[in-house]
Amino acid sequence: MTTTTSPGTRAGTSGLPGAGLDVAVFITCINDVLFPQTGIAMTKLLERLGCRVHFPKEQTCCAQLTTNTGYFKESMGMVESYVKAYSDYDYVVAPSGSCIAAVRDQHPMLAEHAGDKGLMRDVEHTSKISLDISEFLVDVLGVTDVGAYFPHLVTIHPSCHGMRLLKLGDRPFKLLENVKGMTTVDLPAAEQCCGFGGTFSVKNPDMSSTMTADKARHIRETGAEYVVGWDNSCLLSIGGVLSRQNAGVKAIHMVEILANTEED
Amino acid sequence: MTTELRRITEGNYGVARLTPAPEHGGTFLGQPKFPKAVKNELKLVVQRKNMRNATTTIRNKRALRVTETPNWEDIRQAAYEVKNRVGRHLDYYLEQAEKSLTANGVHVHWARDAEEANRIVGEIAKAKGVQEVVKIKSITTQETDLNEHLEEQGIAAWETDLAELIVQLGHDRPSHIVVPGIHRNRAEVREIFLREMKNYGRPCPEDITSNPPELANAARLHLREKFLRAKVAVSGANFILADTGSLVIVESEGNGRMCLTLPDTLISLVGIEKVLPSYDDLEIFLKLLPRSATGERMNPYNSVWSGVTPNDGPQEQHVVFMDNGRTNVLADPVGREVLRCIRCASCINVCPVYERAGGHAYGSVYPGPIGITLTPQLRGIDDPVDRGMPYACTLCAACVEVCPVKIPFTDIIVHLRNRVADAERKEFSTDVEVAAEKALMKAAAWVLGDYKHWETTMYATRAAGRVVGKHKIGPLPVPVANRWLDYRNVDHIPSQTFRDWWKANRGEEK
Ligand code: SF4
Repeated sequence: MTTTTSPGTRAGTSGLPGAGLDVAVFITCINDVLFPQTGIAMTKLLERLGCRVHFPKEQTCCAQLTTNTGYFKESMGMVESYVKAYSDYDYVVAPSGSCIAAVRDQHPMLAEHAGDKGLMRDVEHTSKISLDISEFLVDVLGVTDVGAYFPHLVTIHPSCHGMRLLKLGDRPFKLLENVKGMTTVDLPAAEQCCGFGGTFSVKNPDMSSTMTADKARHIRETGAEYVVGWDNSCLLSIGGVLSRQNAGVKAIHMVEILANTEED
Repeated sequence: MTTELRRITEGNYGVARLTPAPEHGGTFLGQPKFPKAVKNELKLVVQRKNMRNATTTIRNKRALRVTETPNWEDIRQAAYEVKNRVGRHLDYYLEQAEKSLTANGVHVHWARDAEEANRIVGEIAKAKGVQEVVKIKSITTQETDLNEHLEEQGIAAWETDLAELIVQLGHDRPSHIVVPGIHRNRAEVREIFLREMKNYGRPCPEDITSNPPELANAARLHLREKFLRAKVAVSGANFILADTGSLVIVESEGNGRMCLTLPDTLISLVGIEKVLPSYDDLEIFLKLLPRSATGERMNPYNSVWSGVTPNDGPQEQHVVFMDNGRTNVLADPVGREVLRCIRCASCINVCPVYERAGGHAYGSVYPGPIGITLTPQLRGIDDPVDRGMPYACTLCAACVEVCPVKIPFTDIIVHLRNRVADAERKEFSTDVEVAAEKALMKAAAWVLGDYKHWETTMYATRAAGRVVGKHKIGPLPVPVANRWLDYRNVDHIPSQTFRDWWKANRGEEK
C-alpha cells in the first residue's frame, strides 16, 4: 500500500496541467539517503502542477549497481520490489534519467535472463510507465514553463544516460530556458562523461577522477555559480571534486531549480 | 630526446634482429589489468595532449561528414541489416567466397586460430624463398602477432603505412586501429626517424625538420627501396565480396596500392566476419567507412582485386580466412553483434576513457569500446586482463551514438560483465578486490532487495552514528571506497532521508 499527498494540498487544482493525475514517485536509493532535497523538490513541483503524488514505500533501487557490475542474480530482488511498488500506477516519475533507463532497458533484460515469464509480463508494464521528470513534464503535462525562479548564473552538464539512453533531447533545456532570472552559459565539452560511471569510479579510481577533474575544470572556466544536471550520481562526483577544490561552484539538480519560485 | 620516447631503444636491445624489436616481443603478456596500466599512461603529459588533439580533430571531422549526409541513418540501418545477414548465413557466404575466389585464381586457406594463420602465411613466404615482405596496415595481423612470427622464421616484415612505420621504428605498439601512431606527435616522429631509419634501410636526412611533408618524404624514400625489392606483400582486407570473389582494401597513402601492384605474391589474412554478400553492398560500406574513420567522403585509394590478371599485378594470390575466436563470438546471441564491426574506430575516437588512457593500457590491439567488447570474446575470460576489460568503461554510450553499424556497446558490456561475474562466482578468488566485490554485491542484494531491509539498514547505520572515521559517509548504496574519497568530498549527509520527510510531511503509511 501507498500513501498519497494529503487532499488539502490539492485544493483548487482544476485548471492546472496535472489536475486529476495520480503520479507515483520513484525517489531512487541515492536520493533517498544523500539527496532528499531533490525528492522533496520533485514532490512539491508535481503538487504545484496539480498532480496527486504517491510514494510507494516498497521502492528501493533500480538495480543498476548490481546489474552494471555484472551481478544479475543479485538484481532480481530490486526488480521485484520495483514491480511490487508500481504495478498499480499509470505514471512513475523519477529525478534520474539513469535510473529510468535501467528500469526501461535493463528490467526486461533481467527478467528474460532469469527466464521468469511472470516477471517479464510485469516489467513490461512498469518499464513502459516509468518516466524521467523532464519527460513527464514536457510529454505528459505539456508544460515547459513551470513558473520557476532562480536568479543565478548556471552551466548545464547533460548527463549521459538521460541524453543517450533515454534520448531526452531538448526537454531539460527547454524547461531550464523558461526559468525566470536565470542565465545559462555554455559548458565546453559538455557532452563528455563526468567519469562517475557507478562502480567504475571504484574499479578505475584514477581514470574516473581524471575525467571528473576535466569536467570540473570546464565548469570552472564558465564562471557559473551552479552546475545543473539531471542525475545526482554524476553531481555527487562532480560536486565532490568542486568542493574539494573550494571552487565556488555548486552542483544542483534540475528539479530543485524548477521547484523554486519567487515565493520561496 | 623527450622523456616520453621511453619506449624507444636504439637498435634492438643488443639482440640480432631483422626488424625493430617491439616492447615485450609485441605481445601483451604480463601486462597489468587496465586500472593499474592506466596509472602510468595518465602521467604521460605529451601522450595525453597528442591523444586529446587527435581524437578531437577526427571526432569533429566525422561529425561534419555525418551531418552533411542526409540519409545517414538509412545507410546505417542498411549496413546493420547486411552485416546481420552475413552473421546468420556466415557458412554460406564463406563457401561462396571460397568458390568465387578460387574461380578467380586465388588460393584460399582456412585458419582456426592465430597460430595456424601465422604458420600458413609463413609457409607461403618461405616457399617463395624471400627474406622480407612488405605489409599493408592490418590489425588482423597485429592480432596474430604475425610480424614476430615471420621474424622468427628469418623473414623481415616491413610496415609501409606511415603511422604503422612510426610504430614499428619506434619499437612501439599500435594504440589505435586506424591511426596506430595516434599517440605520437611530429617532434617525436622526427626523433624516431632520425634514430632508427638508418638501422633498417635508407637513413633519414640529418637536417630534417618536424614539418609533416618532410617527414612524409623521408618515409616515402625509406619505403621505396623496400617496395621495389619486395617479392611478397601481406595485407588484411576491409571486405571480401562473396559473389565476385574480390578483395577490397581502402587506404589514404598509396602504400597499399604499391604493395598490391609491385610484388608477385599477395597474401591476405582476413577475419571470417569480413565477408560481404555482394559487390553491390560496397555502395553502403564505402559511404560509411571513410566518413566514420577519417572524416573523408571517400578514401584516396580504393582497391578492388578480383583475382589474378595475367601480367598485371600479383600473379599469385592467397586469402587466409581466420577464425581465431570469431565463431565463439557468433555463438553468443548478445555478444555476436560486435561482428558487424567494420573497424572504423569512431567508437574509439569518441571514448572519453580511451582519449585519456591511450591504446596501450587495454592489453589488446583492439582498444576502446570495440576492444573491450571484442577482445574478451575472442580470447575468452580466463586471464585477469581480459576479465578487467569490460569494466574499463563508464557506460556513457557515446560510442553507441556513432557506430556506423549500430553496435549496442553498453548492452554487450553489461552482458560481458555478467559473464565475468558468473565465472568469478564459481571460483574462489585470491584477488581481494574480487572477493570484496562479491561480498558487497551480495550485501546490496539483501539490503536493496526488500524495502524493509533497506529501511532497517538506514536506521541502523544512522543510529550507529553517521561519522565512523572521517571516511564514513552514511549508508550509501554505492560501494564508495576510500580511494574514491581521495579525490572528492562528500559534503554533508542529510539528517533526514526522503522517506522520513514523507512520513513526517505527507501522512502516515497505511
Ligand atoms: S564498433 Fe562500430 S564504431 Fe567501433 S570500430 Fe567497429 S564499426 Fe567503427
